[in-house]
Amino acid sequence: MVELSVLQERFGSGITEHVFRDNRRVDVPAAVLFDVLSGLKTDFGFSVLIDLTAVDWLEYEGATDRFTVVYLLLNMDSGERLTVQTALNLPNPTLTSVYSLWKAADWMEREVFDMFGITFTGHPDLRRILMPEEFDAFPLRKDYPLKGRGERHNFPVITRSGS
Amino acid sequence: MAVGLPENIFITKLDAAANWARSNSLWPMPFATACCGIELMATAASRHDLARFGAEVMRFSPRQCDLLIVAGRVVMKMLPVLQRIWLQMPEPKWCISMGACACSGGVFDTYAVVQGVDRFIPVDMYVPGCPPRPEQLLAAVIEMQAKVRRTGTVMGREFAIRDTPVGPTPFDMDERYRIQDANLVQLGGFSAAATGTALKGPANHG
Repeated sequence: MVELSVLQERFGSGITEHVFRDNRRVDVPAAVLFDVLSGLKTDFGFSVLIDLTAVDWLEYEGATDRFTVVYLLLNMDSGERLTVQTALNLPNPTLTSVYSLWKAADWMEREVFDMFGITFTGHPDLRRILMPEEFDAFPLRKDYPLKGRGERHNFPVITRSGS
Repeated sequence: MAVGLPENIFITKLDAAANWARSNSLWPMPFATACCGIELMATAASRHDLARFGAEVMRFSPRQCDLLIVAGRVVMKMLPVLQRIWLQMPEPKWCISMGACACSGGVFDTYAVVQGVDRFIPVDMYVPGCPPRPEQLLAAVIEMQAKVRRTGTVMGREFAIRDTPVGPTPFDMDERYRIQDANLVQLGGFSAAATGTALKGPANHG
């Protein structure tokens, strides 16, 4: 069990903790996020990155930051699970890639980049993974309309005589 | 002076002979992207047995097919693939749009899903349903055979005259307003309600 006090002592007092039933969530400032994750992997045995995703809090009641990036970690030896999350804001939401820690981050970071426009510096191949290459919006941002901006109609029409 | 025909010889038009052969050996190209694909497989399987109508030869090369069956939703990334497959099929060729998603986008009215493949490729037959039962697809294949016999010509002359896209117009006006509103909000921060009323003039269909 990673004690909050240990983390605070090592990475600064900006780290806070929330507990809901048996789920522990650690909020980390973006500046020290990579150091925290690196320490959690090497010194606390969190060997698996279960998931990496993001949330857009636009127009959410009481929200202070635009984005939250969430890392779900698992310690394979003790079975302990930990949620690490950090807040980001426009313009230019950027984090350090954790590809160097967990190879699993490769496609997850590409998906977060594709859907939310959050860039990860140090990622070896940060391209869109779900949307077409030429797509120029970030569809899971809350200010993107559900039905898009007409991209789905932007194709050449093939007629009978033309084919 | 009437000359009696020998046995096993009959006289017909070349068009009718070609149509008879083509309609009874439609070779489908299965473009199965979703649950309609499962029904398509069931149609070809033993219980419903598409082979009864000569259309059992599912080929996975478009070069060998003459009936494209679009079964399932088509997303933005898949549409260029679908168009390429359609262009790769040799003439004469026909297309069945199977299921609600292929016909109109179905429940997936979202940014990534094409709202009906008939906006971008020609479609001859629509099969409603979500997904359609195999019987419905069989009915469509039978209807397709009737259409081939009715309209087909040996050199495919009927295809040259159909040079306008079939199906609904690419945009409905409500959708156009939504797109314009979204673009304006993106560019200048106008309020959506104000621009929406301003744009609802005598705009022409695009």
